[in-house]
Amino acid sequence: MRSPATPLLQAEGLVLRLGGRRVVDAVSLALRGGEWVALVGPNGAGKSTLLQLLAGLRQAQTGAVRLDGRPLPGWTARERALRLAWLSQQGEADGDIAARDVVRLGRLPRHGLFGAPDAGDEAAVDAAMTETACVEFGARRLAELSGGERQRVLLARALAVGAPLLLLDEPTTHLDAPHQLALLRSLAARARAGTAVLSVLHDVTLALAADRVLVMDRGRLVADGAPADAALRATLVAVFGAAFSVECVATPAGPRWVALPAL
Amino acid sequence: MTTVRPPHARAAAAASTAGSSAAAANGGLRTPCGLAAALGAVALSLVLAGLAAGAQGWSFAWVDDAGLIAAIRAPRTLGALLAGALLGLSGAIAQGLFRNPLADPYLLGSAAGAGLGVVLVLAAGGLLGASLGLATAGLLLRLGLVGAAFAGALAGMALTLVLARGAGRPMVLLLAGVVVGVLLTALSDLVILLSPEALRGKQVFLLGSTSFFGWPSVAALAAALALVLPLAVKLSRTLDALVLGEASALSLGLPLPRLRMALVALMALATGTAVAQAGLVAFVGLVAPHLVRRLVVARHGALLALSALAGGVLLLAADIAARSVIAPQELPVGVLTAIFGGGYLLLLLRQRQLR
Repeated sequence: MRSPATPLLQAEGLVLRLGGRRVVDAVSLALRGGEWVALVGPNGAGKSTLLQLLAGLRQAQTGAVRLDGRPLPGWTARERALRLAWLSQQGEADGDIAARDVVRLGRLPRHGLFGAPDAGDEAAVDAAMTETACVEFGARRLAELSGGERQRVLLARALAVGAPLLLLDEPTTHLDAPHQLALLRSLAARARAGTAVLSVLHDVTLALAADRVLVMDRGRLVADGAPADAALRATLVAVFGAAFSVECVATPAGPRWVALPAL
Repeated sequence: MTTVRPPHARAAAAASTAGSSAAAANGGLRTPCGLAAALGAVALSLVLAGLAAGAQGWSFAWVDDAGLIAAIRAPRTLGALLAGALLGLSGAIAQGLFRNPLADPYLLGSAAGAGLGVVLVLAAGGLLGASLGLATAGLLLRLGLVGAAFAGALAGMALTLVLARGAGRPMVLLLAGVVVGVLLTALSDLVILLSPEALRGKQVFLLGSTSFFGWPSVAALAAALALVLPLAVKLSRTLDALVLGEASALSLGLPLPRLRMALVALMALATGTAVAQAGLVAFVGLVAPHLVRRLVVARHGALLALSALAGGVLLLAADIAARSVIAPQELPVGVLTAIFGGGYLLLLLRQRQLR
């Protein structure tokens, strides 16, 4: 068992070179249960690749990733799948099986390929589908759904795992404003309940609503801190080529940070 | 965890409830069980028709025909049903594995491999016939052809797997299949050039035929189906997971390379057995899974079983038509399946365009 001081996920000095380019360059970070973290950076900064390294779907050439203090390669695939749920960037999933059966795949790590789902699995599927509001089209084919509907089904699939660590790659893709809001609230709620959430977000304003923001640029982790940290905000504006400024807006719920396009 | 539902979700829920009750009233063909029952009923009536369809037209004098039925019509009818089922099953596995609705059982080099095996045996048989006498050579040839086609199909797929270095990367596997197809076809052509009498036999084989089925064929086909279908259904959640994409399926903890290898092996066994007995019957393996997927929304477990049933129905229907359309003469069944299959895909294409 890990002691409370051990981070849920820890990466040290991750380097991945692809075709001579350092796609991920000396990245170290730690994630603890209850943290709600956004990962941002310009296109091609290496965000998705970093997430895949953290999820154990790719191997770094140097550096190591530890889950619960144990190096990731030491985990069996199924054990790992129970502790860590990964959501891919949308585009790949497309098929004729029903949306509900897609969400049920999230329970596969628990009952195994040859096992049958029990009542607990079905309850987890129901809860995840309710959370992302996709119960209504559970019987429809994945391929027949709109982009936003499909994204909600895939999200429910990742949430249905019930893993204590969520690694999400652009979960707000194709979602309209109300569903984006619903998703961010539910991620924040999961973090409060003890889950560690790390999500790549392309919308900087949404990312600034997280507890902690990681900024990547050309493979490197260039800033890591709370949105209230002025140095982090300055780095954020700089890596995006000053395409926006970050302003503070007073709201009834307290001050909020907003990215304002520099038109 | 909190649940936040946007206000318009409730209206959508109400609309979809109305929609699903309309779909339920729409008929039983849309559920896996309903479709299975319907296909089963069609298969049963086709089997009866198959027992009645002879060279002299249709005959329902079961008692008078008993000898004929037991010796010729029954094995042929059951053989067509089973060979079609193997092709339908194999096509459904291929389409799931490669996440491509145009994948068919022959795409991993099995067709070219079987073709080469047949040509080699025919060429060798031509040499043998000169020394052994035609009758003995003919019998050896028939036995040898089935074995050679089976071995050739498996060897073709094995070569594809070796070239692709295993089943780890599906795209590489597909390309390797194309390479093996081209290479082995070229080899067959070379053999034919050296031994031209092999050409006619190869033609018959390539067209596909249900007319050689005897009880041994039925036994071989039934054994293959009894082995492959339950195992494939057991592994079918893998194909469901692949719908999410390669990486997501891996993230679910599935040992994907091994599972894919097992599914390719099952596909090879099903295809190899069917091809050895019936030759390269066109389109059944492509169309049967299509038909099923169009009618029902189901997981791959049900999809594989229903595709097998649909494939059996398709090939048996084609076989009966091949026997009776220009009786007492016979059409090669492969020509008919190609016409049916091509027609179906054309229809599908037109519907897609109109939609």
